[in-house]
Amino acid sequence: MSKEIKFNEETLALVHKLMNRYPEGKHKSALLPILHIAQAEFDGWLSPATMDYVASILKIQSIEVYEVASFYSMYNLKPVGKCLLEVCRTSSCWVRGAEDVVKHLEKRLGIKEGETTADGMFTIKTVECLGSCGSAPLLQCGASYHENLTFEKVDALIETYRAEGKRKSYTDLDYKNTL
Amino acid sequence: MGKKLLLEHINVPGIETLEVYRQKGGYASVEKALKTMTPNDVVEEVKKSGLRGRGGAGFPTGMKWSFLYKPEGVERYLVCNADESEPGTFKDRFLMEHIPHSLIEGMITSSFALGAKTSYIYIRGEYFYVARILEKAIDEAYAAGLLGKNILGTDFSHDCYVQVGAGAYICGEETALLESLEGKRGNPRIKPPFPAIAGLYGCPTVVNNVETIATVCPIINMGGEEYAKIGIGRSTGTKLISASGHINKPGTYEIELGLPVEEFIYSEEYCGGIINGNKLKAVVAGGSSVPVLPAHLILKTEKGEPRLMSYESLSEGGFVSGSMLGSGGFIVYDETTSIVKNLYTFARFYHHESCGQCSPCREGTGWMEKILHRIVEGHGKPSDIDLLWDIQRKIEGNTICPLGDAAAWPVASAIRHFRAEFEEYINHPEKIKDIKHYYSVHQLAGA
Repeated sequence: MSKEIKFNEETLALVHKLMNRYPEGKHKSALLPILHIAQAEFDGWLSPATMDYVASILKIQSIEVYEVASFYSMYNLKPVGKCLLEVCRTSSCWVRGAEDVVKHLEKRLGIKEGETTADGMFTIKTVECLGSCGSAPLLQCGASYHENLTFEKVDALIETYRAEGKRKSYTDLDYKNTL
Repeated sequence: MGKKLLLEHINVPGIETLEVYRQKGGYASVEKALKTMTPNDVVEEVKKSGLRGRGGAGFPTGMKWSFLYKPEGVERYLVCNADESEPGTFKDRFLMEHIPHSLIEGMITSSFALGAKTSYIYIRGEYFYVARILEKAIDEAYAAGLLGKNILGTDFSHDCYVQVGAGAYICGEETALLESLEGKRGNPRIKPPFPAIAGLYGCPTVVNNVETIATVCPIINMGGEEYAKIGIGRSTGTKLISASGHINKPGTYEIELGLPVEEFIYSEEYCGGIINGNKLKAVVAGGSSVPVLPAHLILKTEKGEPRLMSYESLSEGGFVSGSMLGSGGFIVYDETTSIVKNLYTFARFYHHESCGQCSPCREGTGWMEKILHRIVEGHGKPSDIDLLWDIQRKIEGNTICPLGDAAAWPVASAIRHFRAEFEEYINHPEKIKDIKHYYSVHQLAGA
């Protein structure tokens, strides 16, 4: 499952394009977007080897990458399922049933919040406000927001994702064309 | 119908494209500013308009712009704060998703006013798909000669980029945002120096909210004085409000400042009343950080005057009986809501989002979450209420950035207005044990 930690030429070109958005000597600014790309390319998480590789591209110390990767909640420092189901639980979502959504997912997938299914397909995670309070409750998976959830919608989503069997990343949506 | 400046064309099919946006008068402010005005003229119009920052603090935008340090030969930057993460707030996402060009147009006009050759839109990582929409709009603008070298044949050249974050509420604080944009942890900087003197890469920088920047377009088009006639008193213009919670019509609404709160909650044009015809219990009027108010104080001020959707009216009475307009994140709670449990979700949020630099916030938010957790689980002690009060007092005002205050105010206001409910949880845990204090998704699906 583990492959060589190296971007292909197309991705590398994109990474260099990103770095060139910033003034001379300020290429470290591209660290956050590059970490998103690395996470998507290398199994959905940032291993120490992946982070060291990103550091080498930006010509910065590895610690500068570790300290950033550990600060932001969207970077996974441990392996996660192919579909990371992030359920918002803050006020507006809570008053509209977010806890029910989590319980339903737990029952349906046979795992607890924070755990991954044995087949490596799903991980349940609760997260803080996703900025979709008017369409609560919701969950995010990769780049997609699934809003105004009902149990039926959750069930259908699980079925669709299971049938597709694909890893979902924040950077899906043709990012290579537009980033 | 109230006046609409930002969302006037929201229902026009294809308004997200440059073609339709221009047909509806889009990019007129760029034409007008670049061809007929000096940068200083633009700043003056914004000053005259009375526009105040729409991100939450409400600082006069024109004044913020006029603080920008302009030494010869030093780059200046405009950075758009699209990190929208304040619980209850989703209006910037709505605007960027549906009318992305309104932000791009505002970025160009504002950058011209500030003399910025480069601007960045820093958007929260969760909004990845919105970043794509913005990038598409930017590509269209470049192709039409609205971005890049010699815009519309003038001497003004400008590049605009989108930068995604990676999940951190604190990056909505402007200096934390700049740190993050430089590829670092989002730790707020000690001020001074303010970004107007030393911001991005140590250069003079203005950081403005999405809605603030988009509002510059109608201001330039109609003129600052005309804009200032809209609204009420020092709350000029219109404001986007994100309405959520127990209302029939959650969503983003553009209101003319000065609209009565009661009309906003109950009229069909806006929230459409409380779900199931229930009674209103409380409202958080401007995002999770602002004080929660019970029904009688959100509808009327302590003096008995109708409460209005404006900076002044919502803060009337100070924190004793008032709140704040904040970001416009308007969360409505009906009679079934547990204020204590809701507060626990806020406390958990702030603990999760504290960057950890300042001890009062790093430790205090954790203590408050822990104490509230034991109260909602039925293990609270009678001394816990005073303990919570004491902790929030010691966080407020003792941190580098306002996150500490933002974590303290919801706790203080919930205790101030709903102390009896905390006592009920602590003295009669058996009563609260089996009560579900939120709606199930099935109850809502039918609503």
